[in-house]
Amino acid sequence: MANTQIAEEQSSSEVSSKTVTLKIAKFNPEHDSGTQFVDFKVQYERWTTVLDAILDVKEHLDHSVAVRYSCRQASCGSCGMKINGRPRLACFTKISELDSDVITVEPMNNYPIVRDLVVDLEGMFDTHKKMKPFIINEDSEITNTKEFLQTPEQIEEYIQFANCIKCGLCNSACPTMATDSSFLGPQALTQAYRYVADNRDKGKNERLKIIDESHGIWRCHFAGSCSQVCPKGVDPAMGIQLLRGYLLGFRK
Amino acid sequence: MKRNENREGIKGMANPGRYGIERVSYWLMRITGLGLLAYLIGHIYETSSILNGKSVWDSMLQLTQTTQGHVILTLVIGMCVFHTVNGIRLMLGHGGIGVGKPTRPDYPYIPNSQNMKNKLCIYASIGVAALAMMYGLSVLFGE
Repeated sequence: MANTQIAEEQSSSEVSSKTVTLKIAKFNPEHDSGTQFVDFKVQYERWTTVLDAILDVKEHLDHSVAVRYSCRQASCGSCGMKINGRPRLACFTKISELDSDVITVEPMNNYPIVRDLVVDLEGMFDTHKKMKPFIINEDSEITNTKEFLQTPEQIEEYIQFANCIKCGLCNSACPTMATDSSFLGPQALTQAYRYVADNRDKGKNERLKIIDESHGIWRCHFAGSCSQVCPKGVDPAMGIQLLRGYLLGFRK
Repeated sequence: MKRNENREGIKGMANPGRYGIERVSYWLMRITGLGLLAYLIGHIYETSSILNGKSVWDSMLQLTQTTQGHVILTLVIGMCVFHTVNGIRLMLGHGGIGVGKPTRPDYPYIPNSQNMKNKLCIYASIGVAALAMMYGLSVLFGE
């Protein structure tokens, strides 16, 4: 009896689902001259994410929509896209919270488009690698008899910045990235800070040298948009300013 | 094959509407910087006219005494005050001062660097610039 009630409630909630128009940007650089928006009517519930809606379209209405995703829980950073004009993770954005009858999904800006909603993140990974994203220390935890001990305060200095999932939303929101193709970008600069602030690391001078160039840290003007779009609370704007503090002599 | 970089360009950089007051402040800082540069060039042109004699200098001064001249000077006052006050905030911020301390973030993530002190400083910059412009207007158009 109880099961029947639950089933009835579920079916009634299915009936009460609302409809939204999903405008998906379609563009194939191999044969299209420009982006075209295609509208799809999609039903959604309170908990439906934008990624769920796109996958619904892909399954039932247009198989050709190109979208990249993996974990569906804001851990892998694959499904970054521009949703209603702002870079967000599609799996972490519920349609109900957008408070709009039309949801426009486009590929993230400042990255080359592979197809439709998929962008090429290779440039971001290149700048990320440039920052030497690993602990530089000749002493090794493995060969040493002692592990590198850290106090909770020492961990707090960098742990926030270690949450980066390399989704690239920060680079997409950055106003400098919008015009400067050589800028290192908030993602890479924040990762430089993450390792510089780690007391186990001895590569501070090496990294500061890499970022202290004309398209490096000095191009950040502290607009803060990177921090506003970060889905993991990394706060790149803070990391970059603290990093600049080392170069300006405010931090040791 | 030429790759479509999909950069937002100047249009994206100059769009202040999507990311709150910090992006508005960024946009105002850029615009006022360009405005002050234009004023500096105009000012050099104006003052260099003295080399062409007193009559040319006097006619140039007359331009600043018109209604349009007063409006431009009022805008210059506003740009100068905003750029200075917000510039002090940014200079301190660029050194890592006033941007908060790193912590373990808790959902919903509110960036520490966009803290209330920073927001208040931005609003104060805009407010002080508006007050300075009102004072400028009262001096230039008063009497």
